[in-house]
Amino acid sequence: MRTCLIVDDSKVIRKVARHILETMQFDVAEASDGKEALDHCSGTTPDVILLDWNMPVMSGMDFLRAYRSTVELPKAKVIFCTTENGVGHIKAAIDAGADEYVMKPFDRETLEAKLQIVGCL
Amino acid sequence: MVQSQAYTSLSNLLEKHTGQTLMANRHWRIDMALKPLMRENSIPDLDTLISLIDIDADPKLTSACVEAMVNNETCFFRDQANFALLTGPVLDMLREQRMGTKKLRIWSAACSTGQEPYSLAMAFNENAEKWRGWNIQIFATDVSSSALAQARAGRYSQFEIQRGLPVMQMLRYFDQSGEDWIAKENLRRAVTFTEHNMLNPAPHFGKFDVVLCRNMLMYLGEKRRTQVLDAIGTRMADDGILMLGAAETVIGQTQDFRASQEFRGFYEPVSRAASHLNAAHRIFG
Repeated sequence: MRTCLIVDDSKVIRKVARHILETMQFDVAEASDGKEALDHCSGTTPDVILLDWNMPVMSGMDFLRAYRSTVELPKAKVIFCTTENGVGHIKAAIDAGADEYVMKPFDRETLEAKLQIVGCL
Repeated sequence: MVQSQAYTSLSNLLEKHTGQTLMANRHWRIDMALKPLMRENSIPDLDTLISLIDIDADPKLTSACVEAMVNNETCFFRDQANFALLTGPVLDMLREQRMGTKKLRIWSAACSTGQEPYSLAMAFNENAEKWRGWNIQIFATDVSSSALAQARAGRYSQFEIQRGLPVMQMLRYFDQSGEDWIAKENLRRAVTFTEHNMLNPAPHFGKFDVVLCRNMLMYLGEKRRTQVLDAIGTRMADDGILMLGAAETVIGQTQDFRASQEFRGFYEPVSRAASHLNAAHRIFG
């Protein structure tokens, strides 16, 4: 079963994303900030990480930079999923190692297509 | 909720103008589609709207009503696996076959708001080296003038732009404008858009090497499907290829096409001679 880690400080977003992903047969784990996500990734490697930008404790960008620079960690595909919709933010996310970018709000079809694009569906 | 008589009238109107049928499970669509139009024209209810259409009070109103009901569902690189088959092995085959002329003509039929032809144009551009020196012509048609206006402008909402379009291509081919994204000029120039009703004879653009008519036939009745496929057949090169939507087929619809042996979801024109032979078999057994 494919695995996805949802990293978002909003319970509602995590719940909605979990519902969508579970209908696509993903095994879903959740983290509410970047630090929790890094802890999760030190023990297991999800196939894909759905990553919010603005979170307390550790932001999505800080998580991504730390995750991509940790040589010993196998690397999951990372899809940023955020309300930050400016070109500057999108380019910065790609430069930091994001594989795809979803601008909130999103629907099932959008997420499904992005998962296909990164090869996780 | 839409009353069933009103539904029937509107459904007939849509069928008459576009061939599309509104299945019972899409009745909800009428309500949603017509509300903005009625509000804009201060029309209090559906019965009034239908009366105005019946007496042909304003042809523009009829046309706007039809446009509002047409299904414009689309996205970039729709049905990714099949689209990759088209832009990979299928186009590679055609490239070999047309190496002499280095010319390729593609018709994106029922292109809605343009995501399909722009996806094609982007695919060619991504392989610019391979297609260097080729004359690639992409024609795109739709019955809806409002959908075509959006297609020509290449303007997409945030919601539309990210449906199917990889982020790198979004950045490469589109500029952000407020909440929208607008296709760059070189992408817009790669596609020629023309208004065309698929129930009419195919446009006189010459013969096409590739025709995409995806997720349109599924909304038509049986007779209309045959009519549309036959019209497409008149505009196909003998060795051209037709791509339909994943849930569509030519089988049982027309004698002019047969399923491709090599590429699933693609169809080849049956040669004129073979058609005549089939007809003789049908007549004489």
